[in-house]
Amino acid sequence: MSTSPGGIDPAAPTVIAGPRAAASAASPVVELRGVGKTFGAPGGKAGARPVEALTGVDLAIERGEFVSLIGPSGCGKSTLLRIIGDLTPTTAGAVTVNGKAAARARQDRDYGMVFQAPVLFDWRTVQKNVELPLEVTGRPRQEREAKALAMLELVELADFTGHHPWQLSGGMQQRVAIARALALDPAILLMDEPFGALDEMTRERMNLELLRIWERTGTTVVFVTHSIPEAVFLSTRVVVMSARPGRITNIVPVDLPRTRGVETRELERYFELVTEVRESLRGTEGGSDGPGVPPARVRVEGLSA
Amino acid sequence: MERPQTARVEAQADVGVDVGVVPAIDDLPGDAVPDAGLVEAEVALGRDLEAYQPPTPRRDRRARRAWVRPVVGFVAIIAVLVVAWEGAKWIAGDPWDITSILGIPVTIVHDPPSRWTPVNDINLPHVWLIFESFVETDANGETLLQGLVAAALFTFRGAAIGFALGASVGLLLAIMLVHVRFLERALLPLLVASQTIPIIAIAPVIVVGLKAGWFSIAIVASYLTFFPVTVAAIRGMRSADPRAYELMRSYAARDRTVLWRLRLPASTPYLFTAFKIAATASIVGAIVGELPSGIRDGLGGTLLTSMQYYSIQPERLWAAIAVAAALGIFCFVLVVIVERWALRNYRPTEPGAAA
Repeated sequence: MSTSPGGIDPAAPTVIAGPRAAASAASPVVELRGVGKTFGAPGGKAGARPVEALTGVDLAIERGEFVSLIGPSGCGKSTLLRIIGDLTPTTAGAVTVNGKAAARARQDRDYGMVFQAPVLFDWRTVQKNVELPLEVTGRPRQEREAKALAMLELVELADFTGHHPWQLSGGMQQRVAIARALALDPAILLMDEPFGALDEMTRERMNLELLRIWERTGTTVVFVTHSIPEAVFLSTRVVVMSARPGRITNIVPVDLPRTRGVETRELERYFELVTEVRESLRGTEGGSDGPGVPPARVRVEGLSA
Repeated sequence: MERPQTARVEAQADVGVDVGVVPAIDDLPGDAVPDAGLVEAEVALGRDLEAYQPPTPRRDRRARRAWVRPVVGFVAIIAVLVVAWEGAKWIAGDPWDITSILGIPVTIVHDPPSRWTPVNDINLPHVWLIFESFVETDANGETLLQGLVAAALFTFRGAAIGFALGASVGLLLAIMLVHVRFLERALLPLLVASQTIPIIAIAPVIVVGLKAGWFSIAIVASYLTFFPVTVAAIRGMRSADPRAYELMRSYAARDRTVLWRLRLPASTPYLFTAFKIAATASIVGAIVGELPSGIRDGLGGTLLTSMQYYSIQPERLWAAIAVAAALGIFCFVLVVIVERWALRNYRPTEPGAAA
């Protein structure tokens, strides 16, 4: 389970364990130490066996990073994302975001959330949907309108401010959701399979668009996905997870050129990285689960959108 | 050559993402002229995905005339009912000896082949007799229709106040129950029980307790109104995508903000469904509320009087029933009109799913 393919300095600390993280000078945006999550813990329904969704997760994410979480269904990658965003409480370990507890970070509105579905409000126009977080935080109207328009320009939907979500295509709706997530200038953008429901062509274009937005805003992104090519194409690091119990099994640094385009997908290094992530996924599943899922199936799961 | 070129520019303008997408196709080695079909397909795709603008539904000319068909249908159904009504009397009613219909002199003499009590002249008076009774004048020189319309207005006032009261109470109750879960468990059975008690039994209690008057009538009407609103509002306020609540949570939004920005807007379509039920129920409530109070100004009083004279003048009761029904339809349509306006920004449902 090597994290150092050719060309990468093996010494570069990509997995930061607890003590080392504390020692590092620049504090990471997100820091997870020994994070665990057990569903149906004592005190829940009688007879329900507790399910260990996550265990012993250590991860540090630096400012400006684009980190993908990838793994088979049920590996807890979405749960991990929700834990970072303080939408789900942990049952073990500590989550620090911007140097404070996750709950505090949520109160400070450090997060931007994008889900698999756009979750736009039907009754609001595109413009008003993007203004929503600004309304909630009580910004004055002029600032709201200007900011929302700027965000819509960023996702290239400035011509659609007066439309309602149900008048847009799926890809456009998801772009509105991204604009909305960015409206509060969040320190960290949490994306839970944001392009999972889109067709392949729209998805590839959305990937390019997201990279462009990420470069322009400099936000830190945590990105949950099922798709290996997508994870490799977008990320600076790919975090590979395995199921039962959910945990991090490998972290693959992506050393592709920072500016990526269509041609990136044709680079040899890209294919090598895709293969490496794929093999990590296969390895984790086969090694730990005994009579678990056969490797071939894991690969299919990993690739499916 | 020229067409693909312009098409390419369009594609870039349309897509507006990384320009690299297009050259990837055009710069195929050894193929100087890009495949026009391919480029066109891409342009079409770009349009499909990016500039997708569905035809704006509603509010077009067709929609504006949309009320014509239901009205025609309604009239047609009334006509069918009238024909069936008179047809039954033709077959099994009392002997016909008609000298005029709505003032037009006619001569119809007919002996139905059989007799069946439910369709005799007492139970089903001839339709035109009901219409003629509208213009009959009483001792004060007032036509029955004038009296009935005045009564309907009185009842409408009680019903409208009751509706407003009931809908407000119902909505407030729902807001409370949604936010305090244990209250929902504790209170909901009581609310259900309140609706199983016949309104006839409750009405005297309210009327005696509050003194007979428009207020007691409104209270009885609101008693029938609040329940559907509460049930629908609870359902509606929980109807949004669970992730929408998580989104609000990620903004650290307070309960009040979630209520105003998410729960209430999400429940609006549900509320209007309940309002339609409540609007008609409030008429029933107002009529029933008039009965024990001895108030004679509304439709309740008129119905009571007409019932007493039923064996002599059955058409008067039928006339009162017709006005009560018309009032119910009026209230329903009123709600539908407000609904159209209130839901104008919502995702249109199946075309034609108006009411």
